[in-house]
Amino acid sequence: MPFSSIDDLKQRLDAGETSAEELAGLYLDRIEKHNASLNAFVHVGFEQIMAQARASDSYRAKHEARPLEGVPIAIKDIFCSTESPTTCGSRILEGFTPAYDAHVITQLRKAGAVLLGKTNMDEFAMGSSNETSAYGPCRNPWDTDRIPGGSSGGSASAVAAGLAPAALGTDTGGSIRQPAAVTGIVGMKPTYGRVSRRGIIAFASSLDQAGPMTRTVKDTALIASIISGHDAGDATSVADAPSVDWLGACDKRNMKGLKIGRPEEYFIDGMDAEVRQKVEAALKQCEEMGAEIIDISLPHTEYAVAAYYVIAPSEASANLARYDGVRYGRRCEDPKDLADMYTRSRDEGFGDEVKRRILTGAFALSSGYYDAYYRKAQQVRTLIRQDFLNAFGQVDVIATPTSPVPAFKIGEKTDDPITMYLSDVFTIAVNLAGLPGLSQPCGFANALPVGLQWIAPAWREDIILSAASAYESATDWHAQHPKAYGGAGA
Amino acid sequence: MSWEVVIGLEVHVQANTKTKAFCGCSTAFGAEPNTQTCPVCLGMPGQLPVLNREAVDKSVLTGLAINAEINLESKFDRKNYFYPDLPKGYQISQFPLPLVEGGHLMIPTAEGEKRIGVTRIHMEEDAGKSMHADTGNVSHIDLNRSGVPLMEIVSEPDMRSADEAVAYLKQLHQLVRFLDVSGADMEKGQFRCDANVSVRHPGEPLGTRAELKNLNSFRFIKQAIEFEVIRQIEIIEDGGKVVQETRLWDSARGESRSMRSKEETHDYRDFPEPDLPPLRLSKQEVDSIRAGMPELPGQMRVRFEEEFGLSAYDADVLTTSRELAAYYEDLVAAVPEDPKRAANWLANELLGRLKERSEDITASPIGPKQLAGLIKRIADNTISGKIAKDVLDAMLESGQGADAIIEKRGLKQITDSSAIDAIIQQVMSDNSDQVEQYRAGKDRLMGFFVGQVMQATRGKANPGLVNQRLKVLLKG
Repeated sequence: MPFSSIDDLKQRLDAGETSAEELAGLYLDRIEKHNASLNAFVHVGFEQIMAQARASDSYRAKHEARPLEGVPIAIKDIFCSTESPTTCGSRILEGFTPAYDAHVITQLRKAGAVLLGKTNMDEFAMGSSNETSAYGPCRNPWDTDRIPGGSSGGSASAVAAGLAPAALGTDTGGSIRQPAAVTGIVGMKPTYGRVSRRGIIAFASSLDQAGPMTRTVKDTALIASIISGHDAGDATSVADAPSVDWLGACDKRNMKGLKIGRPEEYFIDGMDAEVRQKVEAALKQCEEMGAEIIDISLPHTEYAVAAYYVIAPSEASANLARYDGVRYGRRCEDPKDLADMYTRSRDEGFGDEVKRRILTGAFALSSGYYDAYYRKAQQVRTLIRQDFLNAFGQVDVIATPTSPVPAFKIGEKTDDPITMYLSDVFTIAVNLAGLPGLSQPCGFANALPVGLQWIAPAWREDIILSAASAYESATDWHAQHPKAYGGAGA
Repeated sequence: MSWEVVIGLEVHVQANTKTKAFCGCSTAFGAEPNTQTCPVCLGMPGQLPVLNREAVDKSVLTGLAINAEINLESKFDRKNYFYPDLPKGYQISQFPLPLVEGGHLMIPTAEGEKRIGVTRIHMEEDAGKSMHADTGNVSHIDLNRSGVPLMEIVSEPDMRSADEAVAYLKQLHQLVRFLDVSGADMEKGQFRCDANVSVRHPGEPLGTRAELKNLNSFRFIKQAIEFEVIRQIEIIEDGGKVVQETRLWDSARGESRSMRSKEETHDYRDFPEPDLPPLRLSKQEVDSIRAGMPELPGQMRVRFEEEFGLSAYDADVLTTSRELAAYYEDLVAAVPEDPKRAANWLANELLGRLKERSEDITASPIGPKQLAGLIKRIADNTISGKIAKDVLDAMLESGQGADAIIEKRGLKQITDSSAIDAIIQQVMSDNSDQVEQYRAGKDRLMGFFVGQVMQATRGKANPGLVNQRLKVLLKG
């Protein structure tokens, strides 16, 4: 049962074979047993989680079950929710429990889900390895010496190790897809504007988007159907977004005649050879299932990482200004004066990577440098968006590796931020263009999971879900789980 | 060589919307600290702004009233700086693409009307308020004002004297009040002004400017600018150079002091606000705001002159505020036959008395209907104008109506000519010498007789009738 899909759990709950209370108990037991080796969860309120589960069971007894009735879902520590501290992996928010729920948390509660604690993450979602967390690194259940990816590393690790059936993550430059890829699960970043950002602690407002991390494509579709939709409280949540038949798209499983673009810039020297081989093999399999593989070019891809590391830190430098020790969060002891309070509170509260990005962002926005950095980066962003528009004139969907390498060793890249930043080289452009992207398992490289990334035009998550479901139904990569945590292994 | 003063003004006008610019909190003034706040205006994690359309509409209306261009697409930006009463660490404002650009105001000057250009009006949010305790190392922060919508109205450097600057501000103040886009109460900080001042010799390029802050009354603005002009001229005439800086006006000491120099100027690192999409308006929306444009003070002044036959002066006085003009219109509706007398009693008598009590028309205990009641008694000769002034005092004092006071005090005018004749006869027999002199040609004694009759009747005799009967009876 720990590795069941939501779909399975729902059937068992509906059949009365299990209860929300039993499920919550099962996952809490597993968390208790395995979290020490993974460090996937940072806040788990055992009592209140059991209370949520019992409330769901009594709801089920009296009413018709809601779409996620009794299903436990782990939540990245970036989503504000009233039942638990929300600290964004940072010391500066130590002890902060919001007085409000994020919009998507409200949606999950309304759907009957049980919120299964807060998962570890890179501090303020700034990282690709979960090593910048104030709570220490989270580990990959396939090899606990290795990173689970980031920034939604805790969510990925929890789902991959069977500590939760599903989780919520956020994705600013690949933070859902890359950890999903390196832990062997499914993760989707919806189109920018599809999911409300209200109540999600902001990293880079024009790039952040929340999404599901699950075992199967259908589970991803199910959670997406709950958390998506217009929210008048977020001006960037699009009011008249084309709707998607989430579950219907999964049932279509369409590969026949599908035009899949294979961008040359995503199959390059320097990437892991085995990763490349697995992704090529996946494409071959799609072709055998009736898809047409078309070589395309996204010529500005090489500038994506540079543009991202100007735009995201610039926005972050402003978004993180509110953590000043005045109203909430950490305040240094015995400040001498205002400047001392600001300086020491922020110096003590933020980790190195967050400081690096705040400084980078503040620099890029400074008078005299703005045109050379921020404005230029925005121009690059336009070109990247244009690249995708051109490509989608030719193909229905694009397939690429999600990450150029499988999970690397903890500590391997921490001293070299630039190499670390390149972990996101295949995911970042999707955020810059605001497009939907999904990663699904497509094999193993040296016994470590490899992810296949699907990219579609804006608002066409249905094309991704249909193709990914088709691939999933023809393979069993998604059904393999780490042995050390009770799975069948790879 | 003569000096020319160059002044440009930046005015922050608080839009009088019911709720704040980016959240649903009330904007009411004077509440207990931090009671009108929510996670958005407190800058809590993950909270997002949603633009208040009422604030947009009011800014557009203001733009239309100064004949400006309304940008159908404008953008919001973040202005970054740290201060404890700025909860997000940035202020949402508009920089490269404001909502309104390029309008003007006409101001009265000694040489006639002058056109003052308005560069732009942009929308932004206010910060909270820091209160520093006198004792102890403690400051308190009230965030009730955090997120209240402001219109920043930036003029061209078109003013050439402190008087012109004040005239511009008064004109703008009157305009926003007429438009009902702002309470513009300066004491409540709803109308705040910064002045950029420089001097030069006529024909030369612009001199180095100083920015004056903390100018919160028309009087201080005039004083501060005049002080600054003298300061700069003295520096230059002494062979020095004016430095670009921000100066704070100290109204208690009647002088300004340097707050920060150009080198210390903040780098606000403005960049586009990613939480708010561009503000897009359709031409139709702008047209419908235009259609709701109320009558502006200038138009109203002309109409008062034409429709009610008022002097330019009275029309000007009565259109100083929307409330006063509305009072006058209500008054005229009650005494339609007497618009000029109504103007006189309102502008001179009632306003004069209110001014003595440091009040304005909105605080008047006498409403337009009550004042009309008094005017009617003058018109129908129940009382004379002179008695009416006493009645008005009594009305202000007691809050009673004119009729009740006339009745109670027995002030009803004597209009019976036989009764007046009897009094005149008595006065003539008591003053036979003067009667002799009058009959001998000393006409100016007429005033003496009128005075005697009025004294005998304690002012109640109808003055017209007294004059008329005296002329007849004195002839003999």
